[in-house]
Amino acid sequence: MNLTLRVWRQAGPDAPGRFETYEARDVSPDSSFLEMLDLVNEDLIAQGEVPIEFMHDCREGICGTCGMMINGQAHGPQALTATCQLHMRTFSDGDEIVLEPWRATGFPIIKDLVVDRSAFDRIIESGGYVTVDTNSAPDANLIPIPKETADLAMDAAACIGCGACVAACPNGAAQLFTSAKVAQLNMLPQGQAERYDRAEHMVEVMEEHFGSCTNMGECEAACPKGISIDFIAMMNKDYRKAKFRGRRSA
Amino acid sequence: MAATAPERSKRSPFIVELYRSALGKKYVMAITGIVGLGYVLAHMIGNLKLYQSAEDFNLYAETLRELLYPIAPEGLVLNLLRGVLILALVGHVVAAAQLTAMNRRARPESYRSKRDYVAADFAARTMRWTGVIVLLFLFYHLADLTWAVTPLHEAGDTVYDRVLNSFNNPASAGFYILANLALGFHLYHGVWSLFQSMGWNNRRFNHWRRTLAVAFTVVVIGGNLSFVIAVLTGVIS
Repeated sequence: MNLTLRVWRQAGPDAPGRFETYEARDVSPDSSFLEMLDLVNEDLIAQGEVPIEFMHDCREGICGTCGMMINGQAHGPQALTATCQLHMRTFSDGDEIVLEPWRATGFPIIKDLVVDRSAFDRIIESGGYVTVDTNSAPDANLIPIPKETADLAMDAAACIGCGACVAACPNGAAQLFTSAKVAQLNMLPQGQAERYDRAEHMVEVMEEHFGSCTNMGECEAACPKGISIDFIAMMNKDYRKAKFRGRRSA
Repeated sequence: MAATAPERSKRSPFIVELYRSALGKKYVMAITGIVGLGYVLAHMIGNLKLYQSAEDFNLYAETLRELLYPIAPEGLVLNLLRGVLILALVGHVVAAAQLTAMNRRARPESYRSKRDYVAADFAARTMRWTGVIVLLFLFYHLADLTWAVTPLHEAGDTVYDRVLNSFNNPASAGFYILANLALGFHLYHGVWSLFQSMGWNNRRFNHWRRTLAVAFTVVVIGGNLSFVIAVLTGVIS
């Protein structure tokens, strides 16, 4: 199949950007989206041009490195799919595909389709951990956890930190990411010690970098892991409780 | 036995601390929104007396001034209620303005290609605009029926007369209909959204939240629009 790509090209963080048009010829419908971009880049290199910069690592939908706006949707038109798991059969011969980087103050553009997502690391640093004894590994199943709780925590832990929620949010908010990272620990017994400090700190660091939630649900629809906005409500509740805590006399 | 005297807290009052965060402002949006929901519902139910008679309707309007009288002084309860509503309105608008400014900062450069929304519906994306329409309408509505200083039509001696004069004027009636449609979209997203903001989330009742939003909107806006239509079609005259 033959496709026309309109790709956002930007030489550096402060350089002006613009859309460039490229032709992708003889693309196999079975190739992945990133393989298609690899082929376009091969051509560009052969012609002595600068290849399109994009992020990728595992190419199996678990690392969260890849991600771009494809035709106005984070990770493209297929639900529950990261860019690397998107296949060209999703498109039709002759389609025009528009590629743009995530756009948010918290995700400054480094080059072309690559953004700096280290604001997510700042959020994790502020509370995305549990305190444990650093001895030999504890016995598995030492702490009984109800199956339902474990499943819910696992649903939250499925977040790969790709940033699609921020990219898709009309407000550039990182509520879905942060709430998943808060919830995966706050629901488990091991997370109780820092539960409220975690909610308070992670929300406040999040708000330094990102916008605020208006409950549109666009993040949930864009999330390649199908993380539910139920976790956002959970985080709101823990944040409110965190603010109440420590005010009662001991 | 404490070894040291507890340090005096340097933290601000709880509500100030909470309000500093965007999440806290969302709580303010939700709580003041709930006050507003209670008000629009009570307002619609009270106005159903339009269907009874002019006397009943005028009596209802007068009785509002004497709520809980003679237990409380005349007008006290009404003015307290007004105070709560004004505070809620100011809180709702100020928090919304601050959150909007924050969201603009979070994405100063919008996408150059056309966004393809999947989940965000019309109501959710237009909250700011429907809110502004309702706010402007609120001032017109007060000028029209409470202060009786409307430029569009003759005022009338009683509240009932003013309602009829207002709804029989096409420009005025049109504004009422437009504002109620805007309020409808605002309520539809607001009622659902407040559960998320308040952290009221339970998989047992989550699926009822949309239903409640639709039902509340249909009841309030259906009732309000029915008054205008009833006057325009001569059912109330």
